[in-house]
Amino acid sequence: MKKSLNYAYYPGCSSTGTSIEYDMSSRAICAALDITLNDVPDWSCCGSTPAHTVDHSLSSALSARNLDQVASMGLDSCVTPCPSCLANLKTAKQRMKDGDFRDKVNNLLEKPADTGADTQSVLQILVEDYGVENIQKKVVKPLTGLVVAAYYGCIINRPAELMQFDDHEHPMAMDTLMEALGATVIPFPLKVECCGASFGIPRKDVVMRLSGKLLSTAEEIGAMALVTACPLCQMNLDMRQAQINKANEANHNIPIFYFTQLVGLALGLSEKELGIDKLCVTPQPILDSIGREENLKEKAA
Amino acid sequence: MRLQNFLEMRVFYSHILSGILGAAQPGIRMKKEKAARTTMKVININLSYNSHFVTEVEEESGQKLNLCYQCGKCTAGCPYTDEYDISVSQIMRLTQAGQKDKVLNANSLWLCATCESCTARCPNQIDVARIMDVLRHMARRQGYTGIRTVKTFWDSFLNSVKSNGRVFEVGLLAHYISQTGRFWTDIGLGPKVLPKGKIHFMPTEMQGKKEVTKIFKRFKEECAK
Repeated sequence: MKKSLNYAYYPGCSSTGTSIEYDMSSRAICAALDITLNDVPDWSCCGSTPAHTVDHSLSSALSARNLDQVASMGLDSCVTPCPSCLANLKTAKQRMKDGDFRDKVNNLLEKPADTGADTQSVLQILVEDYGVENIQKKVVKPLTGLVVAAYYGCIINRPAELMQFDDHEHPMAMDTLMEALGATVIPFPLKVECCGASFGIPRKDVVMRLSGKLLSTAEEIGAMALVTACPLCQMNLDMRQAQINKANEANHNIPIFYFTQLVGLALGLSEKELGIDKLCVTPQPILDSIGREENLKEKAA
Repeated sequence: MRLQNFLEMRVFYSHILSGILGAAQPGIRMKKEKAARTTMKVININLSYNSHFVTEVEEESGQKLNLCYQCGKCTAGCPYTDEYDISVSQIMRLTQAGQKDKVLNANSLWLCATCESCTARCPNQIDVARIMDVLRHMARRQGYTGIRTVKTFWDSFLNSVKSNGRVFEVGLLAHYISQTGRFWTDIGLGPKVLPKGKIHFMPTEMQGKKEVTKIFKRFKEECAK
């Protein structure tokens, strides 16, 4: 375990809205594991996909404003639950090593930004800084009987040179973590395939096709639920699941968890503080089945 | 001269290929197939070669375009290739061949989600996703219209950030609807999502939102220079 588990915390815009349960559960498990998250005091949007499709200096300026705040907190490490925020904050730091680009970005800001802080995902600090084996020691309610597949999405590991975490084609961080919590993990062949990203509004048909493929594959391999690490992936698969069913004449009913929610349940935290009730596809039947296999074994003994 | 012949051949080849692909799909493509077999569109790419475009893409993306040898791995892994009018490997080829107008007119530029599959898998370590990004920057700056709904969505998103410092989801959607008239977009999600307490009807307050607005203002000024 890393000695200092003290980080600046950048929640990202979706944490205040559609992915509020990701934020709630990230904060709750970090508190339970004595990981200190210090909110970036006046954080603003990183620019997400729309900014980098318009201009790279605009995108980096929006991100650099936040990195500068992390530096003024006296911290050199920032953590965010959202892969899109992660990618933008890391890209800004990386690209601003180039003097000309740095000048261009600083030109857009109030004052030159200190972009020295590193950014990691919540998943990365749990796996690399805290350690899966240390989390396992804290499990009070093993997720026995829960059969899940881990879906990472596109950018939490890619591009590899920038993200520097896990394997970019075959990531295992969530698979390993879920196994440590006692869940049964089925290898998910589409773990890094795109869900349709932010095309839900402007080109819904694309999301219906791509996310539909993820849901039907999850079903085919026998997963009871998917575990995600990205607000956009989770939203497409969970909130849009009914739309997908309608568009694809399907009948999916697969709960889509944030991995932080399942970590929280295994640590014995309440469903309420993990925002389980915020999920659109109700996971209650499968949550009720947790431990059932164990109970059966006990009875048999 | 030999290279130019080769480039022309590539374009011929892609037309022949699209004819063959069309034939593989019965029904609606039958007419197209017949047309492709009887009349072949010939393009003299020497006339439309724009060397300045090639240099510009290389400078803005920091990538060497001639490293691409058309293995097609980017297209094979691209989740959006079914939606694209020109596949990502063909975009790479056309860009090498300086076909500015064809490239910047491609719908594909607006359908790339920057999922990074192409970049992750390129055997020559070309950051293809970054090239796609740079191409749409150029398309925007030079007034190519792209896919209206996608462009409007991205603009609505940034408009929300400019006004509030953070994305305000309801405001974003309202702006998008007002610009596109697509009132029914996602209205069906309301009953599902509203009781969850995830949707707010007021933006979250932050102190430095004027600083964020100024970033956009300065960016606009820089663009006007």
